[in-house]
Parts: sequence; C-alpha cells; structure tokens
Amino acid sequence: MIEINNLHKKFGKLTVLDGLDLEISKGGIFAVLGPNGSGKTTLLKCLLGMVIPNKGTISYNNENVLKKWEYRNNLNYLPQIANFPANLSVIELIKMVKNLRPKESNEQELIDLFDLNPFLNKKLGNLSGGTKQKVNLVLTFMFDSDLIILDEPTTGLDPIALIHLKELIEKEKAKGKTILITTHIMSFVDEMADEIVFLLDGKIYFKGSVEALKTQTNNTNLEHAIAHLISKQHA
Amino acid sequence: MRSRWSYVYFMFYLVLGFVLLFLNNDIDKAIITLMNIIIVLTPLIATIFGVMYYYNSREFTELLLAQPIKRSTIFMGQYLGIAISLTLSLALGLGIPFLLYGLSVSIAIFNFSLLLLVGAFLNFIFVALAYNIALSTENKIKGFGYAILMWLFLAVIYDGVFLISLVYFNDYPLDNFSLIATMFNPIDLSRILILLKLDISALLGYTGAVFQQFFGTNIGMISSIGVLSLWAILPVLIIIRKSNKKDF
Repeated sequence: MIEINNLHKKFGKLTVLDGLDLEISKGGIFAVLGPNGSGKTTLLKCLLGMVIPNKGTISYNNENVLKKWEYRNNLNYLPQIANFPANLSVIELIKMVKNLRPKESNEQELIDLFDLNPFLNKKLGNLSGGTKQKVNLVLTFMFDSDLIILDEPTTGLDPIALIHLKELIEKEKAKGKTILITTHIMSFVDEMADEIVFLLDGKIYFKGSVEALKTQTNNTNLEHAIAHLISKQHA
Repeated sequence: MRSRWSYVYFMFYLVLGFVLLFLNNDIDKAIITLMNIIIVLTPLIATIFGVMYYYNSREFTELLLAQPIKRSTIFMGQYLGIAISLTLSLALGLGIPFLLYGLSVSIAIFNFSLLLLVGAFLNFIFVALAYNIALSTENKIKGFGYAILMWLFLAVIYDGVFLISLVYFNDYPLDNFSLIATMFNPIDLSRILILLKLDISALLGYTGAVFQQFFGTNIGMISSIGVLSLWAILPVLIIIRKSNKKDF
C-alpha cells in the first residue's frame, strides 16, 4: 500500500533519513519506533508531503505522492503537538476542517465518545493539553480513510480516553484500515501493534512482528527488547 | 481574516479622511497630504500585517497542509486574504469621507482613484515581500526585524542613498539614472506617479521636467503601472516557489 524507496532527508547538516526503504502492506497496525530524533516524525511528514525529501520516492496505492495533494483525501493524520489557532472555538474548527474535505464525517459520535460536548463553544486557546489532544483525535478519526497516521496519539490522554482510543483503533483495524503509529509507550505497542518498524540512524533497523523482535533479542519484555536494539547499535 | 486590527486600520483611515477634508477644505490639498501618509504608512502596515499573520497562523497552516489542499492554494489564499482586506480598509476608510464630501462631482476624482490604486498596489507589493521574508525566516523576531528593515530601506534609506549619489555625481547627466533608480523602488515610483499627476512637478526642477516627459504621458503612466505590477507579481511567484520547497 505504501512503498518508500531510498528516501534521503537532510536538515542543514543534520542527516535525518539516510536511504530509507520501507514497504507497508494494506491492513493492520504498524508501530514506528525509534529513539528520540531518529526521524519518525520526519518519515511521516514526508509521507504527508509536509516535508520534502532530498531524494527518493514514495508511493501510496501505487501512485507517486511527491508534489501531489489529492491523495491526502484518503488519509487521516494526527499531528504530534496539537497546535490549533487559539481564537477559534472547537466547533468552528471542526466545521472548517469538514469544509475542506468533500467526505462524510461522523464527528458527533466521536465528540460524544470523548465527552467533548461541554467544550464545543470554548476557544481552543483555553483548552488543556489533554482536551486539545481529544479534539485532535476527533479531527483525525472523523473521516473514513484507508490510511490513518498517528503521531504520538497517547500524549496527555487520561486513562478513560486512552481506553476509548484503543477501542477506536481496534475498530478501524477491523474495517481493514492501515494504521501507522509512533509512540514511546511500549505497553501500548505491545498491546496494539501487529508489526514493528524500528528506525535508527535514518534507516529501518528492524521490521517484523512483536514476537519476532522478542525472539531475536531474547527478551520477553518488549521494552527491554527495544532497549536492547538501541544499545546494541551504540555498543 | 478574523482580525480586529483590520477594523482599527479601517477606522484610522476613516478618521484621517474626515479630519483632513474638514481641516483643509480643499480636496487637492487633502490628497497631497494623504499621499504623503499613504506612501509611507501603507507599506509599513502591509509589511507588519504580512509578517504577523504568517507567524500567527503557522499552526493553522500546518493543519491545512495535512489536508487535501494544494500548497500554492493555501499560501495564495492567505496572501490574497491579507492584501485584499488591507486594501478594503484603505479604500473604504478613505472612500467614505471623500464621497460624503462630494468627491464624485469634483474633478479630483481621477487623482483620488489614482491614489487608491497606488495604495492598493503598495499593499499587494509589501504583503508579498513580507510574506517572502517570513517564509524564509524560521525565527519570528528575526523575521520581524528583516521586514522592518526592508521597509526602512525602501521608504527612507533608498531615498537617502539616491540623493547622495545625485549630489556626488552632479557633473554627469543623471536623468536616465534617476528614472531607472526610481523604477527599482515601488515607494518612490508611487510617489512620483502621484506627484506628477497632481501637476506639481514644477517643484521638481530640471529632472522634474524629464520625469514629467516620461511619467506625464500615457506611455509613462502605463509603463509605471506595469512596473508596479511586476513588483507585485514577482514576489508572489517567489512565494509559490518557496512554499513548494519548504519543510513544515
């Protein structure tokens, strides 16, 4: 479904992606992991067309996506830090984003799920971090798209919202969607992910199921298995 | 643009228009005073608005970038949004008092519309220049600094350098040089365009006569408006090019 070939990206002198190749098949939950600054967000932003790679190709559903924009109608993206214009109210923002996409949306269901009704007329600048993240989730999940990209979706969420989020992700997966997640919460990965993509030094260092990773590193605990991967590289 | 500042700006021009008209009691004089204000102030406000808007809406821009919209559409939308709203503030703010004063029956209407046209050009030019600066400067404070410097350069320093060079190279024929130098500064170009239309070019001396010869004719008028359009179009093209290459 997604094919990335020989992707290079430099920010000034800093090489973030260094000849990355990745193939992601349709359906399932893929966890993109890696130490801080390993290029997870950059990779996702390249896929979204927000960061323009120096070299390489990206295709989505067998179509090249670089310099295109129509394909974004068939993917949902949850940005890492929910920065919204502070002078808009929640409902205005939702309506505005709906206006931008010629698609059916089920925002009311999600608003109820995350208990956002009391906040609908509040300005986004006055919301707490967790509430903003919930708004962010509503905006991401309200459209029906084949690909869902979640960058640190758990940030700031309370336990109830977290449970709802997991249910939501499971539900989308059951519909046969592809979900890309980056996170640092290993228990979340252990519980949700079908496959792990581990980034290190701008390349894919490991790709496979959670089980495969555990057997490869001789660790039953995922957190330790990942730590093992990172430390082995630096040793 | 959900900004109360564009209303404040509108009110400012409205008050300015009324005050000038009723203190002066002479449309032509009021237009000259207005020209002096517009020529300096419009670029300044357009520059500040352009830079401020870009930095303030950065988050929103990022939100939009992840949506199925073309990049150039996003940035052109923002650019036109600011430039048009500023131009509306200017045109309405000055237009209302002048219309109430009975401009439409006087012969000054042509001069007045030229003034508004030039003001609109200056808005579009300086918003575009400011947007370019903001796009290529990640740091807000630096971006503001560069934008203000650009305004200061074009509004004040350029004239100074121009004048010094005129004095210094006094012995050489300078008509063509000054004509060309004027073309390279949209503020000067607008100023001279209006001054000459107002027929006070006698004040400008010999070079003034050369200018009169050039700008006073229809060809001069058309070509200077052409140059102003170039000043507006080129930065916009650069905005599109830059925004297509930028990482967010």
